[in-house]
Amino acid sequence: MSSRCNISGLQEAKRVAIFGGTHGNEMSGIMLVNMWINNAAEIERNGLVTKPFISNPRAVEKCTRYIDTDLNRAFTPENLSAPDVEGLQYEVQRAKEISQMFGPKGSPGAYDVIFDLHNTTSNMGSTLILESSTDLFNLQMVNYIKTSTQHLNTLAKVFPCNKKIKKAMAPHTCPVLLNENPHLKYSTTRSVAKHPIGLEVGPQPQGVLRSNVFESMRTILKHALDFLEIFNSGVEFPPCTVEVFRAHERMDYPRDTNGNITAMVHPHLQDCDWEPLNRGDPMFLTFDGRTILYEGASTVYPTFINEAAYYEKQQAFMTTCREILAANAIRKTVKVKS
Amino acid sequence: MGSTFLAAVGRMAVCGGTHGNELSGVYVVREMERQRKVKGDGVWPIPVTTVLSNPRAVKECRRYTDTDMNRCFSSVILSSPITDSSPYEVRRAQELNTMLGPKGSADAIDMICDLHNTTSNMGLTLIHYNTNDWMTLHICKYLQTKITQVPVRVVMLDIPISDAYSLESVSKHGFSIEVGPQPHGVIRADIYNIMKEGVDVTLEWIRKFNSGTVFEGGEMEVFMFQSSIDYPRDPETQELNAAIHPQLQDRDFCLLKKGDPVFLSFSGETLKYEEEEPRHPFFINECAYYEKGIAFHLAKKVMLPIPTVQVKKD
Repeated sequence: MSSRCNISGLQEAKRVAIFGGTHGNEMSGIMLVNMWINNAAEIERNGLVTKPFISNPRAVEKCTRYIDTDLNRAFTPENLSAPDVEGLQYEVQRAKEISQMFGPKGSPGAYDVIFDLHNTTSNMGSTLILESSTDLFNLQMVNYIKTSTQHLNTLAKVFPCNKKIKKAMAPHTCPVLLNENPHLKYSTTRSVAKHPIGLEVGPQPQGVLRSNVFESMRTILKHALDFLEIFNSGVEFPPCTVEVFRAHERMDYPRDTNGNITAMVHPHLQDCDWEPLNRGDPMFLTFDGRTILYEGASTVYPTFINEAAYYEKQQAFMTTCREILAANAIRKTVKVKS
Repeated sequence: MGSTFLAAVGRMAVCGGTHGNELSGVYVVREMERQRKVKGDGVWPIPVTTVLSNPRAVKECRRYTDTDMNRCFSSVILSSPITDSSPYEVRRAQELNTMLGPKGSADAIDMICDLHNTTSNMGLTLIHYNTNDWMTLHICKYLQTKITQVPVRVVMLDIPISDAYSLESVSKHGFSIEVGPQPHGVIRADIYNIMKEGVDVTLEWIRKFNSGTVFEGGEMEVFMFQSSIDYPRDPETQELNAAIHPQLQDRDFCLLKKGDPVFLSFSGETLKYEEEEPRHPFFINECAYYEKGIAFHLAKKVMLPIPTVQVKKD
């Protein structure tokens, strides 16, 4: 039952970008964007212009995550206002350029939507990443994508966590990670847009292109662009609820006084992204065979379990809490001629 | 058949971090060094030298800093003069050759076990040069009886030792242990445990062999490297325009026959295996081989008779 007053009028999404290669060794996004730069037919939609873009071309060329510093952490206010001087880190310079081209953040001229394509070595399936729980547009888009893909068995889903004795939850099609936590939130490349969305598909090793992962990312973007076209045409999207996993805490590996890790993610936790983790469950296994248990008070849902790039960021996995967000109906605002 | 008598294994080296981002070997070597500190040298049946082969690459968690060290052990490169512009890995290879070799001499260490990971689904694969060296094949046979979580196989490279370019060729009876799939820069507990068990069981074989156990011969299934296939590439840009086909991905050592799918292009076309002779692909979609122009290697499966072996008594 929807009341006519509960429809949020939102601006149409005319300027859209798809970023690949924010990390130069995350191959699906790089290959998709290069493909679309050569031939954009697949990403064309009525009523919007979509720009495929390689965010970190020097890192892509070297097939490395970054040259000087992580581009996906570089969009801080300090960096974006840094003066143009010799010796500025490559990614800081690049962040300023990207901010000019697609932002600046918060300005009326900023791009409407940016999709930032990432891969992970974690068993996260096709995860969508949001930065705000109040961005109705994004919540509705994510709901549309999840609904459109739930019957697809070819999409990269979370692999069955075969170490669990208890019956696992039904595989998620597109788990949604909400990172709004001020302690964990970071200044992403996509954050210059009005509606930033991260796509994180795995597991895939860095530097490797897996066909199933590539095709899953391609399918998600197809549905996302369909949503934008439908929204721009004036269709009203009814109220919906979206299950999200809210970023809670970063858990590091046990380390010695030299900073070396002294244990590995436990085999019973490895590959179990999005499965409940309870007090007393195995968490780490030391190199000499000792189990370390999770001691947290409440059930959490771990993700980014054993991501290669996070060893240097002191993160073995991230815990999340499950939440249901409600979103109002939305419809494109019609401009009234004065 | 009577026994073939082989000299006892006197000294061996276990090497990790030959590629700095292949982490199982790095941590197995570190754990072995910790065990030696706690339990003393007697923890192993023979003297074992533990080596972190490429410390600079390990520190940066990269495959190599200047050049792939595991291609630097041919006799030509080992004897090339070192200058200021020599790549780090060439210098380090020569250092390792002095420490563990010299390659081809009587002073060379008896056995090098070089530890590697791969992004390919290869289980535990021993790799060694074809030297009519029954030791590696017997170790493989023994590993097959003890390790059951993953398939255990052996790949042979038919390359003369002087041309052999990898670290283990410095020793008299060397082989690599390759365990996958594991992304580079990641340590998985299940893969680490398999690698550790591989090394422990190898040491157990050495202990038994040295103390007189007779190891029965028989027929061993061996995969002989034949050739490599590259990815399809755009003729202008040389960029990949296809990925390993989903029906081939993760199926290392399956039998590939003419007409079987091998690549799926970005435009949706299936590219098929064209050769008449069926072969066994391995190193399917190994990350480090993109830059070497290799999508996968092909091997011929051979049944090799191996003799019964026992230690030569003085």
